[in-house]
Amino acid sequence: MADRYVELKSVSKSYGGVPALTKVDFRCEPGRVHAILGENGAGKSTLMKLLAGVIQPDSGTISIGGQTVRFSSPREAAEQGTVCMFQELSLMPHLSVGDNIVLAAPRTRMGLVERGVYREAREALDLVGASSIPLGARVSGLSLSERQLVEIAKAVFRKPKLLILDEATSALTSELVETVFGVLRMLKAQGVAILFISHRMHEVDAIADRISVFRNGRHIETFDVGARTTDQIVGLMIGRSLEELFPPRRPPVPDTTPAVLDVSDVSWQSQLVNVSLAARAGEIVGLGGLDAQGQQQIMHAVFGVLRGVTGRIELNGKRLNGLQPPRLKQSDIGLALVPEDRKTEGLIPSMSVALNMRLAALGRAPFGLLDLNGNSDARLRQLIERLALTYGSLEDPVATLSGGNQQKVVLAKWLVLSPKCLLLMDPTRGIDLGTKAQIYRLLTDLAAEGMAVILQSTDYEELIHLCDRVYVFYRGSVAKELKGDQLSADALIAASMNVHLHARAQMS
Amino acid sequence: MTWLRQNAREAIAALALVVLFAAYIAIHPRGFSTYVVTIWSNDGTLLGLAAIAQFFVVLVKGIDLSVGSVVALTNVVASFVLNGSPASIALGMVAVLAVGVACGLVNGIAVVYGRVQPIVTTLATGGMFSGIALLLRPTPGGSIDETMSDALTYAVAGIPVSAIVLVVVLVALLVLLRRTAVGLGLYGVGSSEQSAYMTGLRVNRLKLFAYASSGFIAALAGIYVSMVTLTGDPNIGPSYTLNSIAAVVLGGVALSGGVGSPIGAVIGALILKTISSLMFFSGLPPLAQPFFEGLILATAIALGALGVFRVRSRLELYR
Repeated sequence: MADRYVELKSVSKSYGGVPALTKVDFRCEPGRVHAILGENGAGKSTLMKLLAGVIQPDSGTISIGGQTVRFSSPREAAEQGTVCMFQELSLMPHLSVGDNIVLAAPRTRMGLVERGVYREAREALDLVGASSIPLGARVSGLSLSERQLVEIAKAVFRKPKLLILDEATSALTSELVETVFGVLRMLKAQGVAILFISHRMHEVDAIADRISVFRNGRHIETFDVGARTTDQIVGLMIGRSLEELFPPRRPPVPDTTPAVLDVSDVSWQSQLVNVSLAARAGEIVGLGGLDAQGQQQIMHAVFGVLRGVTGRIELNGKRLNGLQPPRLKQSDIGLALVPEDRKTEGLIPSMSVALNMRLAALGRAPFGLLDLNGNSDARLRQLIERLALTYGSLEDPVATLSGGNQQKVVLAKWLVLSPKCLLLMDPTRGIDLGTKAQIYRLLTDLAAEGMAVILQSTDYEELIHLCDRVYVFYRGSVAKELKGDQLSADALIAASMNVHLHARAQMS
Repeated sequence: MTWLRQNAREAIAALALVVLFAAYIAIHPRGFSTYVVTIWSNDGTLLGLAAIAQFFVVLVKGIDLSVGSVVALTNVVASFVLNGSPASIALGMVAVLAVGVACGLVNGIAVVYGRVQPIVTTLATGGMFSGIALLLRPTPGGSIDETMSDALTYAVAGIPVSAIVLVVVLVALLVLLRRTAVGLGLYGVGSSEQSAYMTGLRVNRLKLFAYASSGFIAALAGIYVSMVTLTGDPNIGPSYTLNSIAAVVLGGVALSGGVGSPIGAVIGALILKTISSLMFFSGLPPLAQPFFEGLILATAIALGALGVFRVRSRLELYR
């Protein structure tokens, strides 16, 4: 078993001319947990997909135990013992939990699925701490954290030799993470090689034996856990100091400035509980916390996407409850939202760059007529320049642009309306550093011009270095508001789990 | 209770069917009798089988506009081969079913490997299949073994044979769909093709299997048509195609794939059949009947769509 290491030699992969991995040499060994660190877009996911057979390398070789392999599908990879748990969950929503697990590696007798397999599925679920999830429950009815547990149970059930976990624990509470880590340690003792991707440094510290850092599609360095400080690791990940990435701090907005957006006591279903927050003109207000704690929902609530929202939402004194996006974007209100998923919610990928940029402004033109050469187009041209948009022709489909430029188009389509309050949902996810720096600069400038900016982000650095204040969400409500000197990585992480630790102290 | 919640659409449809059937029996001049039930069951079985054929394609996120054409083509082929000695009838059955499976595979190959949209594929192949049926038998005719027809369309101990056949088919399909890796895989593929691929399912093969199964069941329907009518008729297709789609929707099968069961499809088909029979005996002027038939259908579908009002995030409505 000891020789069953996985090795990549000079592996490159590019998508439509954009390199995702460049000449990567990488090696991981059985019986060890190997953490892969890197920013969004560093090439981690591409590496995982190569190992799991989802995509094939353009050049270079992948070998397992010295034997060159080439998987043409996840099925082939799984047959060789490589099992991957992806960030985008690979569960089939309409099937039951048991069927989802069993289908990963069905055993049949006379064509029928053996009943005993379901017992094993049950055992796998119990092992990862998901004993409360019934086998018969439909996946579509489960919460994100429950789905992650099912996903982990499914991977364990397949008895992998190489297990890849891509942000596998992002929605789990610390107790569940501990249970899952127990399972990982057990697998490790059995000689399974484990690749672990996570953005949470403390999790990496807790479970990993070795760390590899990736940046811009290159393998930068590999070292044992403890050989580098966290600061050094972050430096390796972003490849430059934080000061270069973020614009200089702006002077704080005085507390006496009246709020532009005022949200008080907003609740929705069980996912938002009495949320109150405010954003003043000139402020960048951050929304942070662990994944799916209500940060996304409050954005949707403000932008009129949710039904049955209680509480009060006001913009410059105007009540917004019950209003929907077509009304909210009008100039007398002036609200804009840059959604989480730019491909499905932000853009219409097959339409041209120019049309996408005009799309948000359509409802404002009199009689819906397109004002092709009027003011709005002049403004668009200014915005294109200001955003430094890189494009071939404005008539090309927006899907041909790189991720960063696509995001600029989403920004442009809303900024052309000169909103008073801009809501942004994780706007820099999966975007290269150069574009990130540009977007940070733009947001700072917009705030300086008097816009109220609300930035929901999964990136702690963004919240710390860009925002005046940060609301940290936990289980649907604001757990803590941090500002000024309080804004640090430790404080954010603590606040993200603060309420939870408190609750546990109460229970015991 | 959980079962009821998870199968609410089917339960509502079943309830609607019971109500409609009671109304039908109440106004039928001959009331509840073996004769009335047998005729109803025979008609229902024809559309029920076509609906199951449609179900298999809809299950994997497709839609099949060629179901009726396959029924017509296999019906025509049956009118050539389902007679003579028992051995030759048996052989003929195999031939008819093979034709059905072949039609399904043609659709499947075009969709899976040709990457053509199912609706366009089956529109085109549907035309071809009816065309072949017309070439084989330009006008209705042919001969079917009458002993066999009698055996399959009458009743045994008050229970219509067609109902027994339908139940046997349903039980077999339920075992296939709920207890085998292939059946669960079909639901998986329909539920999320990407997840199914990531899970290591053979997505292409499963889709081909779904289309072939659709052809197989459509051929069963074609055979049953010949049992009931004793002829081969190339022109019966269109009504089966559209009604089979209406039937699966009524029976709670999601056109978005991955949800529903053949039982639902059959219940939907029986509802449709009952509505049109109801109209026939309702005493309404014949010209007004299509309007009321449509009205009842629209009401039934609207009831099934009430779930929309429970959606709390408008974003969900546009997914």
